[in-house]
Amino acid sequence: MQKIGVFICWCGSNIAATVDVEAVAEAVKTEPNVVFSTNYQYMCSEGGQSAIRNAIAEHGLTGIVVCACSPRMHEATFRKAAAVAGLNPYMVEIANIREQCSWIHKEKSEGTEKAIILARAAVAKLNRNVPLFAGESPVIKRALVIGGGIAGIQTALDVADAGYEVDIVEKTPTIGGKMAMLDKTFPTLDCAACILTPKMVDASAHEKINLYTYSEVESVSGFVGNFTVNIRKRARAVNSDLCTGCGVCVEKCPSKSAKSEFNQGLCNRSAIYIPFAQAIPNVPVIDRDACIKFKTGKCGICEKVCTAKAIDYDQEDEIITKQYGAVVLATGFKPISMERYDEFQYAQCPDVITSLEFERICNAAGPTKGKVLRPSDHEPPKTVVFVQCVGSRATVDCGKTYCSKICCMYTAKHAMLLREKYPDTEAYVFYIDVRTPGKSFDEFYRRAVEEYGVHYIKGMVGKVAEEDGHLIVQGSDLIADKQVVIKADMVVLAAAIEPDPTARSLGTMFTASMDTNDFFTEAHPKLRPVESPTAGIFLSGLCQGPKDIPDTVAQAGAAASKVIGLLSKDKLMGNPCVAGCSEPLCNGCSSCELVCPYGAITYEDKMVIDHGVRETRRVACVNEAVCQGCGACTVTCPSGAMDLKGFTNLQIMAEVDAICR
Amino acid sequence: MPINEKGGAFNPLIVAFCCNWRSYAGADLAGSSRLNYPVNVKVIRVPCSCRVNPLFILRAFQRGADGVIMCGCHPGDCHYTSGNYFARRRTALLFSMLDFLGIEKGRTRVEWVSAAEGAKFANTMNQFAETISALGECKRLEDIRCVESEI
Amino acid sequence: MHADEKRLTEIIIRTSGVNVRKCMKCGKCSATCPNFAEMDIRPHRFVSMVEEGDIAALLQSKSLWRCLSCFACVERCPRGVEPAHLIEAVRMEVVRPQGGNRLRPEAIPALLDESIPQQLIVSAFRKYSK
Repeated sequence: MQKIGVFICWCGSNIAATVDVEAVAEAVKTEPNVVFSTNYQYMCSEGGQSAIRNAIAEHGLTGIVVCACSPRMHEATFRKAAAVAGLNPYMVEIANIREQCSWIHKEKSEGTEKAIILARAAVAKLNRNVPLFAGESPVIKRALVIGGGIAGIQTALDVADAGYEVDIVEKTPTIGGKMAMLDKTFPTLDCAACILTPKMVDASAHEKINLYTYSEVESVSGFVGNFTVNIRKRARAVNSDLCTGCGVCVEKCPSKSAKSEFNQGLCNRSAIYIPFAQAIPNVPVIDRDACIKFKTGKCGICEKVCTAKAIDYDQEDEIITKQYGAVVLATGFKPISMERYDEFQYAQCPDVITSLEFERICNAAGPTKGKVLRPSDHEPPKTVVFVQCVGSRATVDCGKTYCSKICCMYTAKHAMLLREKYPDTEAYVFYIDVRTPGKSFDEFYRRAVEEYGVHYIKGMVGKVAEEDGHLIVQGSDLIADKQVVIKADMVVLAAAIEPDPTARSLGTMFTASMDTNDFFTEAHPKLRPVESPTAGIFLSGLCQGPKDIPDTVAQAGAAASKVIGLLSKDKLMGNPCVAGCSEPLCNGCSSCELVCPYGAITYEDKMVIDHGVRETRRVACVNEAVCQGCGACTVTCPSGAMDLKGFTNLQIMAEVDAICR
Repeated sequence: MPINEKGGAFNPLIVAFCCNWRSYAGADLAGSSRLNYPVNVKVIRVPCSCRVNPLFILRAFQRGADGVIMCGCHPGDCHYTSGNYFARRRTALLFSMLDFLGIEKGRTRVEWVSAAEGAKFANTMNQFAETISALGECKRLEDIRCVESEI
Repeated sequence: MHADEKRLTEIIIRTSGVNVRKCMKCGKCSATCPNFAEMDIRPHRFVSMVEEGDIAALLQSKSLWRCLSCFACVERCPRGVEPAHLIEAVRMEVVRPQGGNRLRPEAIPALLDESIPQQLIVSAFRKYSK
């Protein structure tokens, strides 16, 4: 016989304004086995929690129902409170009368009626609850960071500094990511390479950090504290242990027509290449699509010139299987494709470039050695037009609905750098809004206007056309209510940014949920910003949403602290809401084994007592440490032997009954 | 008291099964975004859409529900990798059987709602409630024994 | 707002199917307009004036007859606002009432010219008469 207490929260006025909490408390008193009910202003506060603890002691409650906010918010809080008072934490049920009642309904009578029904359903379920006890599982004290940009590097360094092993998996041949491509950083104008490359060196030299570059995650199994990950280390065709990074092979390679990815296709590279001078590891890779040896079997020059004998054309992909306690997703971003923006002539005119391409052109190590020259004729431009919000804040299908956040600042930076290097060159910026929420950001933008004389025009560019070697830019100046036509030499498009395309498949692999834009979603938008809703998966950097370098580094550190918190535990309390098999009912059909996504179900021969008859039967056994509690087996089981603790057939049925009463 | 004996305006009863990881979170987001949907929708939280036993849906109709909707993660995005695929097949079979039994297709629905789709959840519930209101009361499976006896 | 203007605003929004609130005032419509110089009320102003319900001025506007209906603004608008459809809807309000026709069949022969494609006549009827 249960003794149930019901606690109704006002949540200030969030609930109390649309739900008559007194009436709910009164109504639930007549529900079966309810011996106590009360209401309180903030149930989650210390006062509310102590009320719960006192009531449990005073009335000898065997279970409690808290009618409050979503269980996703405070279920854990109330379970802890119950545990302190000696109640099994799984004897707590939450009726969600805020998100799913008071916040969506306006009429108090309706809200109250619905709250009573929801409370009744929770009581009905609780009447069928039994105490559950969580198992423990060990934590593997190693973290995996996917993505070797600034986010991944920072997270790895922070975790490694705390004394835990970290592996970084990076799909390109070097770590460094997009930040390595940048010239200067706003708003301080310090050189990106000067602040990034020491971190890259730190990461590669750190005894706790292991780099897998030119590698990708192939598959994953397991759960928080205990992931098993297969990493495909793609064949570089260069033996990293022997290579000295002298670069002779790169120099002598006769195939030099592949586009340099690092320089955004603005110049060519050889078939065997090191992406950039400070690349880590400083080991070349052979691009098999461009290499003459791989295409025709002839050539082999790199092998001949390599004194270290490091070239190995027969090298094959290697699969490395490792175990991790935590996984950090730091997959970063890329600019969206400009191919579909015909009005800007990006695909047609070489002098219409993206901001990331402009970044390479400005860079001293870039294709033009830092001279701002037009890609078409290598002449210095006299007039440069910058167009902001290309693809950002757009509801049409080739764009993105969100603000890319970084474009206003880098455009100001580009215009400023241009005016500084070439005071005779005019810079025009077309903007819809200039968004500068950040420390010293607005001052930076004003400097571009006031000190550097960058012309900011409020309006958008409608058309770019090539004419006699110039680009005719037609845009609107909304302040002057004019259509302006600028004869420019170069047009720089601030392309919207989007998550790296590999994020989608990783999200599916790690069951990390994504929003409609393919950014990873956080467990809570305010309170758990660096955790994925899936336990043990953490988010770092731009894969979670647009952000600049300082924000990325801050978030990377936050993700690291969460990882350290997890890895510092020796054991994790498991989820006791797992499947269980009623052995006398099991007929050994294997249906459940086939649907289990985790391989948690095996079959064993066991002594079973069925109707007084003892016999050995083949029955299902659930590995409780592996089971994640999805319940697929419970519905598949033809004999009804499988049930899910915490969500049993009887419990859900009781909820249905209570709601439909 | 069975719902169909209530006097006054028809007030449909809708049971929504929502998976804990995405659709329930989507329903929460609809709430925190203050998006209204009918009061008749009552959500039951399940770990995954694949936990929804066809019996639960039958039971709801037996007990007088006018419509049942099941919400889960988008296909390919299941928290448990593949649960929603099982759910999709089961409900496809169950719903066509229910249609055969006289519970119109409009009374049963499957919708994929992610944690970020609060607006979709609210819109879906509004549309579904409208459909059910148009269809009227559902007495087809109502079982007097269920209504009278407590389990 | 005048009651009549309010009613007209509603009609224009309904017949055009345009949600003027989607406009984020970027001005790309006016930036892309090939006949910008000829228009007294420019596409971006047209959208905001419908939003403000300032229909009386729009009914008098020369832009109604100078819009080429090239739909560049519709094509380029990043928010899918479709300013040309608004201009068309306002034009219809002028053309549709009794005696509002701006192009009569009788007038056609005098205007004909070998180089005019037939399609132009059809579309001119669509634009300038009810």
